[in-house]
Amino acid sequence: MTLLEHQGVPAEAPPVPTPPTGVAAWLRDLGLGIRLAAGGGREGWVRTALTAVGVGLGVALLLTAASAPHLLHERSQRSQARAESVAPGGPDAHARKSDTSVLRISAESEFRGRTVEGWLMRADGTHPVVPPGVARFPGADEMVVSPALKELLDSSEGSLLRERLPYRITGTIADSGLVSPGDLVYYAGSDTLAPADGGHRIAGYGDPGEGEEMPPVLIVLIIMICVVLLVPVAIFIVTAVRFGGDRRDRRLAALRLIGTDVRTTRRIAAGEAVFGALLGLLTGVVLFLVGRRFVGHIEMWGVSVFPSDLVPDLRLTALVVVAVPLTAMLVTLAALRSVVIEPLGVVRGGRDRRRRFWWRLLMPVAGLAVLGLTGKVDKSAPVDPYPIAGGAVLVLVGLALLLPWLVEACVNRLHGGPVPWQLATRRLRLSSGAASRAVSGITVAVAGAVALQMLFAAVGDEFNRMTGQDPSRAQFYTFSQKVTSEAAARTIKEFKATKGVEAVIGKVEVYVTRPGTYKDDEIQPTTSLIVGDCGTLRELARIDSCKDGDTFVVHPRNDKELSDWVDQTARKGKEVAISDTPGGKSMRWTLPADSPTVVARHDPLGEDSWGIMATTGAIDPSTLPGATTQSQIRVDESVEDVAEYVRNTAAGLDPAMRVSSVKSVARDEKYASVQRGLQVGATATLLLIAAAMLVAQLEQLRERKRLLSVLVAFGTRRSTLAWSVLWQTAVPVLIGLTVAVAGGLGLGATLITMLDKEVTDWWLFLPMTGAGAALILLVTLVSLPPLWRMMRPDGLRTE
Amino acid sequence: MIPAGSLLCADSLYKTYGRTPALDGASFSIHPGEVVAVLGPSGSGKSTLLHCLAGIVTPDRGTITYAGRELSAMPDAERSALRRTEFGFVFQFGQLVPELTCVENVALPLRLAGARRKDAERTARHWLERLEVEAVGAQRPGEVSGGQGQRVAVARALAASPKVIFADEPTGALDSLNGERVMQLLTEAARSANVAVVLVTHEARVAAYSDRDVTVRDGRTRDLEHAG
Amino acid sequence: MSIGHTLLGLLESGPRHGYDLKRAFDEKFGHDRPLHYGQVYSTMSRLLKNGLVEVDGVESGGGPERKRYAITEAGITDVGAWLAQPEKPEPYLQSTLYTKVVLALLTGRSAEALLDTQRTEHLRLMRILTDRKRKGDLADQLICDHALFHLEADLRWLELTAARLDRLAAEVRA
Repeated sequence: MTLLEHQGVPAEAPPVPTPPTGVAAWLRDLGLGIRLAAGGGREGWVRTALTAVGVGLGVALLLTAASAPHLLHERSQRSQARAESVAPGGPDAHARKSDTSVLRISAESEFRGRTVEGWLMRADGTHPVVPPGVARFPGADEMVVSPALKELLDSSEGSLLRERLPYRITGTIADSGLVSPGDLVYYAGSDTLAPADGGHRIAGYGDPGEGEEMPPVLIVLIIMICVVLLVPVAIFIVTAVRFGGDRRDRRLAALRLIGTDVRTTRRIAAGEAVFGALLGLLTGVVLFLVGRRFVGHIEMWGVSVFPSDLVPDLRLTALVVVAVPLTAMLVTLAALRSVVIEPLGVVRGGRDRRRRFWWRLLMPVAGLAVLGLTGKVDKSAPVDPYPIAGGAVLVLVGLALLLPWLVEACVNRLHGGPVPWQLATRRLRLSSGAASRAVSGITVAVAGAVALQMLFAAVGDEFNRMTGQDPSRAQFYTFSQKVTSEAAARTIKEFKATKGVEAVIGKVEVYVTRPGTYKDDEIQPTTSLIVGDCGTLRELARIDSCKDGDTFVVHPRNDKELSDWVDQTARKGKEVAISDTPGGKSMRWTLPADSPTVVARHDPLGEDSWGIMATTGAIDPSTLPGATTQSQIRVDESVEDVAEYVRNTAAGLDPAMRVSSVKSVARDEKYASVQRGLQVGATATLLLIAAAMLVAQLEQLRERKRLLSVLVAFGTRRSTLAWSVLWQTAVPVLIGLTVAVAGGLGLGATLITMLDKEVTDWWLFLPMTGAGAALILLVTLVSLPPLWRMMRPDGLRTE
Repeated sequence: MIPAGSLLCADSLYKTYGRTPALDGASFSIHPGEVVAVLGPSGSGKSTLLHCLAGIVTPDRGTITYAGRELSAMPDAERSALRRTEFGFVFQFGQLVPELTCVENVALPLRLAGARRKDAERTARHWLERLEVEAVGAQRPGEVSGGQGQRVAVARALAASPKVIFADEPTGALDSLNGERVMQLLTEAARSANVAVVLVTHEARVAAYSDRDVTVRDGRTRDLEHAG
Repeated sequence: MSIGHTLLGLLESGPRHGYDLKRAFDEKFGHDRPLHYGQVYSTMSRLLKNGLVEVDGVESGGGPERKRYAITEAGITDVGAWLAQPEKPEPYLQSTLYTKVVLALLTGRSAEALLDTQRTEHLRLMRILTDRKRKGDLADQLICDHALFHLEADLRWLELTAARLDRLAAEVRA
């Protein structure tokens, strides 16, 4: 009765506040989530901090990537600014002599694998032009150097190089004259440099032209690199947003208990994630700004960057700023879809919903299809990068999607095994998602790197000029435009005296032709004129008697046809023409009629030379236009720094002498820098993923503290648990690597076919898998100290 | 002083965590096949005493002798081995590995001690049967009730044929009926296998399953029957 | 509850008149049932007869009976033995146990030991009941459980009292 009566009475209680709806509800719940993330006590902060640091690392990398356009632009600007201005009248024309013109020659060298760029310069007048970044033109035997070179020369490591560059340092090159802070550059003054020594005259610096256009193949490579490096960063950010998810779910369950509905809890969770992501964004900006200050001091694989070049592109930055929190929110909402948060706990719906296979396979297949349909890339036509990038992204992201399914499928088939293995596989079986997520980052990075490396190897021919010489005969080859009367003999003598040198052949060589006019379809008979002293010539041909003033006609051995060709030019008693360039300065010289004909012999390096040979008494080599002093050198490679000794001797003979190493492959600079970029990026990415795995691992260990204590109580060996931690990391990583290698090889082969090349090396994935193994070890080793700590018995204390 | 015939015996144990003394001269002894209840209010040092007796922690001072061997002088590896082979453990909660099935959980100590998987799991099934939970063998701990889980834990403690079982509030998370049943099964199995049981509890009805009781108060023990 | 032992215990702190004894008893133990004078005199005469107390002196004038009693050595021993003897666990034991605890505190004996002894006695009975329950049929089990729950309640009380001994001692001696 009373109850009924009460119902009839209008409620005098304050009206129940109506909960906000729509946008207001969203804002309220997001705000509540942010408050929870910020005010969740120490634990809440730790979780938020983890997410912030993780996202921050990713954001810092993204900002670095966003700086690439500005960086590349600035670098090429400075590079062009210090290039020689092309004289009007074409590339072969020389500038006219004036008060400002400068005669110069490149004296580039190499020191322990690093390129040392250098020029010898001689001013024509009193106001010579100076390259950018140089305050004063260096006087004779003076040089201005880049800060990095100065540091190297001052250090004990650089003493060998100091021998090669004996000039007095009178100044340093300012940043505006350098492409990167690590550049080794010098400009040395000379008062003897002459056009005859190879010096050429310039009127100024600065190449006003457009930068060289990138070849299409290179564009494809760069797109791939961006994809390979940025997809793992994105995956890492997604992983970082989920740090501490289990705890969060429990907290949300508590919220459900006090009457929050499912949607609200999701929005609160999204708010927490957004807060973490925003903090991460801030951390990332700070990391970027701080890291930027130190970047000038860091050099990795020969790459260094000026802090002032690291300016992120505005549009890309805006994209990062918007995309990161948005991604955080979407990822959280997506993650919560498979979780049912009940007031009394969290039910994971994931296990009943088996991961489906087909749609995961769809993406990589679609990617390969896109690539296949794009067809072959024409070498000259401008490349359309979008289908290639799109295809590669589809393949790589598809692999990342394929991984969770594969890990689950594999782990479900793993039975038995020793206890650590059993513990690890069961743990994975129950929650393979977390492991797969982190590992999918590795998969993308490794698959991409494998594909790229294959591509590099295959495309290599295009960029690598194989020297085509037999390194067992000579490892070094020198070339100098400075020719003196005794050049050949001196070259031999000095190189022979060099530490580590086993055999040398040196000669002054010039091409000679038979004078006359020839029709277009006729070939002008040509052979070479080699000038040296009797000792040198005896090394090259079977000469019985030789005195200064003698000349010889040398025939190749057992080759009638070639011998006849030599005789076409080397007509005894007749003139030959010696000319620098066609139409250039030339001279005539008469081959003495009494020159004997002899046969070539193997020189100390096993090579044969033929043509006309003359002693220095018969013709002064320093008068020959276009003559070069050349040498070939064989060294004992076991002698440390032998290359540096050879280069030092060469610099002593002629600072502008070029020393090329036969063994190494001369590399196109652009190609080299692209590959360096890949290496730097891949390392950073792998470290990032190692960090993500580590955090996940530690989080898991902390959650299992009590269980670990119990296991210790009943006598579990530390090694048993350590092994289980190792396997728990190793199993998904190994599966990931397998997928990565398979996918990478497939993608690489597809791309190579597109570029109309052949796969040259199927084994390039080995170093990357090695890096993956190192990562497993790293994560395990770093997890061990906390594991030991958590295996203490205080975890058993319940109060 | 070691009471004659005792299997595990501790004398004048001292243990301090930080500045809080947990044990302040506690003594204890147990015979083979004996069930001894360790009673006392919360924070009195019961659990610390159990951890010391089981060689999980080492006391600051005092001696613990197990089967004639001095426990506190053993290196950690040796104590671990002893726990693996001679001791069994039942805790209040959170002790089963959630990823493993119940059979595998019970087989775990055997496997840690080096038994082959097949043999270990056969023994495990036998013990699950003894504890009337053979039906949940293939299920994971998260899928069984608290009482069943605790029986699985008891089966695990018994499976490796230990000489001593250490039970720390084994029924703490169970209702009376389940708690009684678990105690009954534990003590019966222990008595028939001549296994000593050190039973830490604050519940009198659980302690009533013991042969004897020891009270810990402020880190000191009172063993009235022995003190006379 | 043994009034004789209680009065004896009260005498341990010094000789008292019968009237004083009654007042002290009422104050400390007779919360709802004050002692009759008759009970005091009959008990004292029984104690005198057994040699546990002696008459310390008689004052003249005033009340009807002005004998002053003192405890003998035999009396002190008897109190000690009584306190040390655990009570047979049975329902509604608290008043006896309470008296014993207070007396132990008053006479400077260990109340803690008294409680521990009592607990051991309770546990002994609980063990017997548990054992019977284990061997018996369902009816036995139910009956034993009933007793066990009561004993457990007693034990909880013992535990709680033990934890509050310091405060009780302060109040009793005040």
